[in-house]
Amino acid sequence: MNALVQPVKQFKKEQIQHATEDPSWVRYTLISISLSFILLFLFLPLGLVISKAFASGWQTYWEALSEPDAQAAIRLTVLAAFITVPLNTVFGLASAWAITRFEFPGKSLLTTLIDLPFSVSPVISGVIFVLLFGAQGWFSEWLIAHDIKVIFAVPGIVLATLFVTFPFVARELIPLMQEMGNEEEEAALSLGASGWTTFIKVSLPNIKWALLYGVLLCNARAMGEFGAVSVVSGHIRGITNTLPLHVETSYNEYNSVAAFAGASILAGLAIVTLVLKSFLEWKQGRRL
Amino acid sequence: MSILIENISKNFGQFAALNHINLEIPDGELVALLGPSGCGKTTLLRIIAGLESADEGRIFLSGEDKTAQHVSRRGIGFVFQHYALFRHMTVFDNVAFGLRVKDKKERPSEADIAKKVHNLLELVQLDWLHDRFPDQLSGGQRQRIALARALAVEPSVLLLDEPFGALDASVRKDLRQWLRNLHKELHVTSIFVTHDQEEAMEVASQVVVLNKGHIEQQGAPADIYDHPANAFVSKFIGQTNVLNLNEDNVIWLKTAGIAVDDSKGNVAHIRPHDIDVKKADANSDSPVTLKDWQHLGSLIRVELYRPQDNGSGTYLFAEMPNERFKLLKLNKGDRVALHIKHAHWFNS
Repeated sequence: MNALVQPVKQFKKEQIQHATEDPSWVRYTLISISLSFILLFLFLPLGLVISKAFASGWQTYWEALSEPDAQAAIRLTVLAAFITVPLNTVFGLASAWAITRFEFPGKSLLTTLIDLPFSVSPVISGVIFVLLFGAQGWFSEWLIAHDIKVIFAVPGIVLATLFVTFPFVARELIPLMQEMGNEEEEAALSLGASGWTTFIKVSLPNIKWALLYGVLLCNARAMGEFGAVSVVSGHIRGITNTLPLHVETSYNEYNSVAAFAGASILAGLAIVTLVLKSFLEWKQGRRL
Repeated sequence: MSILIENISKNFGQFAALNHINLEIPDGELVALLGPSGCGKTTLLRIIAGLESADEGRIFLSGEDKTAQHVSRRGIGFVFQHYALFRHMTVFDNVAFGLRVKDKKERPSEADIAKKVHNLLELVQLDWLHDRFPDQLSGGQRQRIALARALAVEPSVLLLDEPFGALDASVRKDLRQWLRNLHKELHVTSIFVTHDQEEAMEVASQVVVLNKGHIEQQGAPADIYDHPANAFVSKFIGQTNVLNLNEDNVIWLKTAGIAVDDSKGNVAHIRPHDIDVKKADANSDSPVTLKDWQHLGSLIRVELYRPQDNGSGTYLFAEMPNERFKLLKLNKGDRVALHIKHAHWFNS
């Protein structure tokens, strides 16, 4: 055997470090930091919420949720989402379409403003509505004259939720539609399809997963929103308490079972959202 | 169907993409809109299609004014550079799309649609792919499907925007041939946009050369090559050597066999194949040397260098058949004698 080959043979596979690879201690440190963070700040609280909710058994858990105020809070949360999600879907589609397909003055301003609810503290969005529609607000005289209540009532909650959640759908669609361009739509038109047919048969199928993804995030936020809604709601039990607000009121009244029972529903919603989200991401990834 | 383009202008902000274009395309022609990028050729094609609107001017198809008509009613077929196939539909559904979106009165039955789609897929030789999705096809296959889809609605005019631009060289060569044969079979008036002069010469029956938003020349490929209307066309179509007619060059051209006539212009364009090269006699005073040569397949391109009085020099390119080059037995550094057979004169 050739003597020169001998030393090379003695190297074991594990001893070779690839040029592009970080040292193993860097990898293990980073992985353990991120994993322990998730464990500490995600799974631990989540487990705590669920164990607290069931601390006094199924019976009490069920009673806490079927109590009229809790039921009213759930209904109001669903109602607010039921109104805001479709509206924001239409708004998101329209604005994404306008931004990616047309040239118009103020386009970049619109693009920036769509993100406004993300950059503004939710409390401020709530206060804006109080300033507009509250007892001393700009429209107060007109509202009183027509006997319409916005603040401390359901319309205020819907408006605040609407404002906080409007970026979600548009933000999902804009990058996708920009990347796709409009050649497929132009092709459909050149083949004799009307604008509406083109939208239904060509545009919508191409963006459907991103659209659903946006709707899902929008819904999660609409149901979970606390800050803005808290300002305009007035916390009237059984009337203007949404589920997140109900959790807070119950907790402040040392009714921890009711608080954690409500919280467990929100946590469940989060988990369902997360699972659907990964499914949609996977679907979308396969399409593109 | 004939196409008449009357006084079309289009501006994008300050940029004039098209400047008073007038063009007539007779029925059944296969026309290339040829020009460098940014010359306005794609814009013109999109205006004919109705995908873009002109600021000024009119478009007539078969004598009918279509300027204000929506793209979906113009009866054109459009083929995009990046195919624009509907990615969520099978090949079959893509080709059937134009038939299925027709008004109820005109829409064929599903059975008729299926028959027609399969016929078209056979025409483009891809019927075996009918249940695939676009992302499962190669670029060349996609473009043929896109063509079948455009032909399904029996367009009176077929418009192709750089149809082979995104394909690799060998596929492009095949498809050029194939498109020309298809056109012979169908005789539908077609316009295709290209920046590749070889492609235009090879495929088209008529070539329209565009530059900076206006038409430089229109004619049969041979006509444009042999009689370029101006210096731009001469340089853009094929290769050419450009010589400024200074005193030095005038004297030298005379020794190479070209009599200079000042009245025709101040620049001479000489095609590489119009330069005859041979080994200089031992006692000849020809100053030209052979610097280098490249093998272009059937042709050899030789790089010639001529030193000038002021110390600088000019490079010239000549082309000759492979066989001839072998007979001449030339080596790098040899002194050569030139005979120029023909030159074009332009004012620059």
